[in-house]
Amino acid sequence: MSAMALFGQVLLGLINGSFYAMLSLGLAIVFGLLGIVNAAQGAFYMLGAFVAWMLLQYLGIGYWPSLILAPLAVAIFGIILERTIIRRVYNLDHLYGLLLTLGLFQIIQGLFVYWYGTSGQPYDTPELLSGGHNLGFMFLPNYRAWVVVASLILCFGTWYAIEKTRLGAYLRAATENPTLVRAFGINVPLLVTLAFGGGVALAGIAGVLAAPIYQVNPLMGGNILITVFAVVVIGGFGSILGSIVTGLALGVLEGLSKVFYPEASNMVIFAIMIVVLMLKPQGLFGRER
Amino acid sequence: MALEISGISASETGTGRGLEWLAMGIGVVLLIGAPFVVYPVFLMELLCMALFACAFNLLIGGGGLLSFGHAAFFGGGAYIAAETAKEFGFPFELAILAGTATAIFLGLIVGLVAIRRSGLIFAMVTLALAQAVYFLALRLPFTHSEDGIQAVPRGWLFGIVDLRDNMAMYYVTAAIFFLGYLLVRRVWKSPFGQVLRAIKDNQPRMISLGFPVDRYKLINFILSAALAGTAGSLKAVALGLATLTDVDFSTSAAVVLMVLLGGLGTLMGPVVGAIITVSMDEYLAGIGIPVPVVIGVIFVFIILIFRRGIVGEFLYYLERWQARGAR
Repeated sequence: MSAMALFGQVLLGLINGSFYAMLSLGLAIVFGLLGIVNAAQGAFYMLGAFVAWMLLQYLGIGYWPSLILAPLAVAIFGIILERTIIRRVYNLDHLYGLLLTLGLFQIIQGLFVYWYGTSGQPYDTPELLSGGHNLGFMFLPNYRAWVVVASLILCFGTWYAIEKTRLGAYLRAATENPTLVRAFGINVPLLVTLAFGGGVALAGIAGVLAAPIYQVNPLMGGNILITVFAVVVIGGFGSILGSIVTGLALGVLEGLSKVFYPEASNMVIFAIMIVVLMLKPQGLFGRER
Repeated sequence: MALEISGISASETGTGRGLEWLAMGIGVVLLIGAPFVVYPVFLMELLCMALFACAFNLLIGGGGLLSFGHAAFFGGGAYIAAETAKEFGFPFELAILAGTATAIFLGLIVGLVAIRRSGLIFAMVTLALAQAVYFLALRLPFTHSEDGIQAVPRGWLFGIVDLRDNMAMYYVTAAIFFLGYLLVRRVWKSPFGQVLRAIKDNQPRMISLGFPVDRYKLINFILSAALAGTAGSLKAVALGLATLTDVDFSTSAAVVLMVLLGGLGTLMGPVVGAIITVSMDEYLAGIGIPVPVVIGVIFVFIILIFRRGIVGEFLYYLERWQARGAR
């Protein structure tokens, strides 16, 4: 086997892993705060890509402004959903949250399939990042390098914001004991909405980053969502850093399995999930709740 | 707060029991008379989905576990029943048994892994494992990926009854459905069912009382998977088709919707939910409104304001009415 193919798959795995990391990070933030698994996260990822595509198609707005505008639009949409609908199930069994967001996911995905079909729309790589470098042992397309770097910066930026800043400290405190934090005069519902928006924005950015690599397809969210669920189960919901590391590592493992045993590459993450559940049911980084 | 799973308590009391027998009597009459009014093939599909919903309901009503991957058992059963009936020449009853056995095997594996967690994580684990089964179905050669297994012969029941006749096939389907329904009812009213409900209400107490909690959960999971497999096998043979749709997530979500709509944990709820959902699918497909959008809207609607479901809501008011009468 050539080293070219090996490193190529590792890179592809690293890119997939970046998307897993960004999506599961968003899930982990919302789950930590609200106890809700937000199944609509997959739809927000798809929306990010679609908003970027629509900005280009209908308004002629290119990739770089879209990288800011699309996640912002998706986050605003997510916040509206949170304020009007999702908020109503916080006091119910958390399974209702999953079912509700799943319903929202089906509505959003269903509408886009209805409007745009399932064939997918192409989105060109921005000119600045077209082409690539030959590193000797492999060919590195510039855009893919950018995706890995950008998502790493985003993930660790989020981690830093939550673990090391004052706002993050409020957020963590509100996770532990919302009533007490409110008694200190901190607007916890606003904090919750902001955190929810942040999680949604992460999915939106992931969608824009993914647009030039995969096609912009209404089904892209559903395909990745189930894998991300498995990633989250493997990592456990305990730590922010845990979900980043698990996402990246599983992406790379999936890429490697494509080199050595391509037939099983779709199954690898699920197989790992089974092993982890048997040995450490709370997940690799999870704490017993 | 827990899921709003209606107990079967309302049907234990005098009026409730009378009503249940009445409803069951009407149900049997409808079951016998329906094919003279409605197209039998549509009814067969409906009954298979209703049996599938009963199987799903057995799991959530008994143990309070919400599975997001029941399509794996339905579709797994469907594929094996179709393959054995078409390629191996299995007679009808053996093909159904083979499909059910497959579902039991899958249920054992998925169950062993999934029951280690409960609640949200249980739902996510079953979803992920069902996706693994989906990928298997996509890749294995005998499933013919996108095409599925088509033109499955119905064959003969015990070598006597020719099932190519729609009426004969319908009554066999109706009989299997009714037996499945009675099985769920029997399980819930048995001591086994009572232990399951007690585990749902207070697991630590049941452990301290010495009950092998995990074994109870696993057996219930396998029972539910087996029944789902029977439903899938029956569907594959009756409609002559096993496809990727049978194992994919939309089917898992559809069964969740049916049971939610009818009422979690009610005996009749899944049947009512299946009738509405399948009829709606058929109707909407005819007029070109996107089905997933409508399903999503119903999901949101039920969870926001109608969590007990149709039958659950009915039982709730019945119970309140009885309580007022008792006072």
